[in-house]
Amino acid sequence: MFKAIYNWIDERLDITPMWRDVADHEVPEHVNPAHHFSAFVYCFGGLTFFITVIQILSGMFLTMYYVPDIINAYASVDYLQHKVAFGAIVRGMHHWGASLVIVMMFLHTLRVFFTGAYKHPREMNWVVGMLIFFVMLGLGFTGYLLPWDNKAYFATQVGIQIAESVPYIGPFIAELLRGGDIVGAQTLTRFFAIHVFFLPGALLALLAVHFIMIRRQGISGPL
Amino acid sequence: MAQHSNDSKEKVVYVGDSRVKKSGRRPNIPPDYSAFPGKSEAFVPNFLLKEWMVGVVVLVGFLVLVVSHPAPLGYPADPNNTSFIPMPDWYFLFLYQFLKMPYVSGDYVVLGTVGVPLIMFGALLCAPFLDRGPERRFYKRPIASTLMFLAIISCVYLTYVAWDHYQDQLEEMGIVPEHIQREQEARRAAERGESPQKPGGAEEKQIAIVDANDPITSVIQANCLACHGSDYQGNGPVPALAGVGDKFSKEELADIVTNGRGQMPAFGDRLSAEEIDQIAEWLAKQKAATE
Repeated sequence: MFKAIYNWIDERLDITPMWRDVADHEVPEHVNPAHHFSAFVYCFGGLTFFITVIQILSGMFLTMYYVPDIINAYASVDYLQHKVAFGAIVRGMHHWGASLVIVMMFLHTLRVFFTGAYKHPREMNWVVGMLIFFVMLGLGFTGYLLPWDNKAYFATQVGIQIAESVPYIGPFIAELLRGGDIVGAQTLTRFFAIHVFFLPGALLALLAVHFIMIRRQGISGPL
Repeated sequence: MAQHSNDSKEKVVYVGDSRVKKSGRRPNIPPDYSAFPGKSEAFVPNFLLKEWMVGVVVLVGFLVLVVSHPAPLGYPADPNNTSFIPMPDWYFLFLYQFLKMPYVSGDYVVLGTVGVPLIMFGALLCAPFLDRGPERRFYKRPIASTLMFLAIISCVYLTYVAWDHYQDQLEEMGIVPEHIQREQEARRAAERGESPQKPGGAEEKQIAIVDANDPITSVIQANCLACHGSDYQGNGPVPALAGVGDKFSKEELADIVTNGRGQMPAFGDRLSAEEIDQIAEWLAKQKAATE
């Protein structure tokens, strides 16, 4: 049955090379925790992606209830947290997942660094990975404001003040983020847009590049 | 099907269809991993299953954390709140603490916000182009490894100092973080058998002010309402003045104003005894209207 469907599609689109590349390629022994337990350090990259998927899914569900305006933002998060069935779980997953994705990414970065896996010919993939790191930090910063409680508000105020102290471009960055002179209604909608559309778009593009490069170059050999 | 074909098995015959190859396709046969060194195996499903098992262990730990520690939520943002200690999320703490150091703040803040981070993150971004030797083992790359160890240690140290300082500040000022305070209040309300207090004044029943044009209200407006809310209805954790007469007598109110209570400062040295007496008398009159 599945075979017949696969063949039907393959006859038209020639998907076998794609399938081999995405799914049916070799995984060497030295990264396989079933053969060497210490190889679990090679799982941090995959786990980062796993948590990222959790973040995307839980975030999609959060936007079903969240309202990005200063009157209703807090009330909608409060409603989600205390009234909606499993709302506390979904919000908890997004909240703790944000921390966990940073932890996993940090461990993945250290693994790549200390195994020297970023050396020739994989320099570009390291650079893309660092860009993913910065996008993740940006997601953390913009997401922190959205519940619109005092903690969110004052942390964002301080964060934007720090950005403002950058010479020449600082005031422009601050104005762009705040959408005015104070952290207020415009800031919340901008952070929402950045958090939900701009940065996830950039993240998915960078992840695609990251993974395509891994497929082209394979996994670096054992030490 | 590049050429015109008379083959009767072709479903549709296109003239000049350039993209669909007739031959030269890869057959749908899984590769044989015996050609690879060591115990290589296929990503799907063999290796993915093992990675999924690691993922499940992480997922279970993660869900235990999620269920046991609800995501924090404080009180609604109030830009006029002056006593709130701003605190970024934990993974920014090292940067936050770094910017408090003397030579990267104040007049030198540009060094802190641009100079040092640009060098550090720039070096991290360009690590493959700085560490170009052929060696991959970390102990054969002493400079790169040492720098990375130092960077990790300083980040951990700065994060620890920032958190420690925050805890000290909380203790010193007698502040309970809002999300904890809010949870405690909700629990107490539940123990009293009330429905949890609804945040955001809109849904609260507003208690009317009694005798709003009394001359003493000008003193109250000047001294009390910055914290107690411009409409006497309270402000986050700060209780409302409207209806306060139901909770305290005139003598108790005079004592609270004179000596302070909880986070409320003492006003004994700022207001005259006569003013405090009038304030307490006015506050004692603030009772919810009886129907």
